[in-house]
Amino acid sequence: MPEMLLASVKLEHVLILGGWLFAIGLFLALSKRNAIGILMGVELMLNAVNVTLLAFSRFVVSPRPLDGQVFAVFVITVAAAEAAVALALAVAVYRHRQTVNIDEIDLLRW
Amino acid sequence: MINDTGIVVAFWVLAVTTVGCALMVVAVRELIHAVLFLALSFVGVAGIYIVLSADFVAVVQVLIYAGAVAVLMTFAVMLTPAADRRNSETGFWLPAAVLAGLVLVVIVFVAYDTSWNLSGRAAFPATAASLGEAFLKPYVVPFEVASVLLMTAMVGAIVLTKEEEGDDA
Repeated sequence: MPEMLLASVKLEHVLILGGWLFAIGLFLALSKRNAIGILMGVELMLNAVNVTLLAFSRFVVSPRPLDGQVFAVFVITVAAAEAAVALALAVAVYRHRQTVNIDEIDLLRW
Repeated sequence: MINDTGIVVAFWVLAVTTVGCALMVVAVRELIHAVLFLALSFVGVAGIYIVLSADFVAVVQVLIYAGAVAVLMTFAVMLTPAADRRNSETGFWLPAAVLAGLVLVVIVFVAYDTSWNLSGRAAFPATAASLGEAFLKPYVVPFEVASVLLMTAMVGAIVLTKEEEGDDA
């Protein structure tokens, strides 16, 4: 019965939410033609990881349960640094090649 | 397991909003609309963090992701010409979709197949004070490394986007 299944928030539900976000982010990162679209996929995957970390921090036995939240804050920090550098790279690539379309950034192709 | 009706309803509404907005990021054809849907998805994830009683992380998520990262992406989209703002897929979209689907299937299977060591603890009280203590006591070295990383990233972003002397671009 779906009513019974959805009447509470269990660890599995949050993990599957994280799985959905990760799968969508993976699809974006692998399939988008625009470099900024790929970056959006990476950010979505990092968010999925954070959801999973916080779910384990909330539901699973641990001597120091708040460590999951500490990890999540570090992930957010690294994601912010990564976003700043990646977008600066996109702008620099656009300046030199007049495109951020990854199909056309193929300097290594012979 | 959370049984409080209000929180359960909030979780499902937020989960549907977040995944729906993430799917819209895939589906919309304008890159700037994709950025806006992504920002909405980040706000939904912040709501999920509150459901998981991580109030400090939720505030950080709104400030950094929904604030800074979304604005940064909007700027990056605006700095590219209108002709480059479409949100189309490369020819690899089918294998990418198959791979993403397989990852989702594996995660769902593992989530249900594993017998998790559940604690049944109550929601955390306000976490900001204990997180601050964790950052400055057991995690002080990673904390300082993170500051150096942010500093390096900031300098790197400035150097990468700085226009060279005599460069007319």
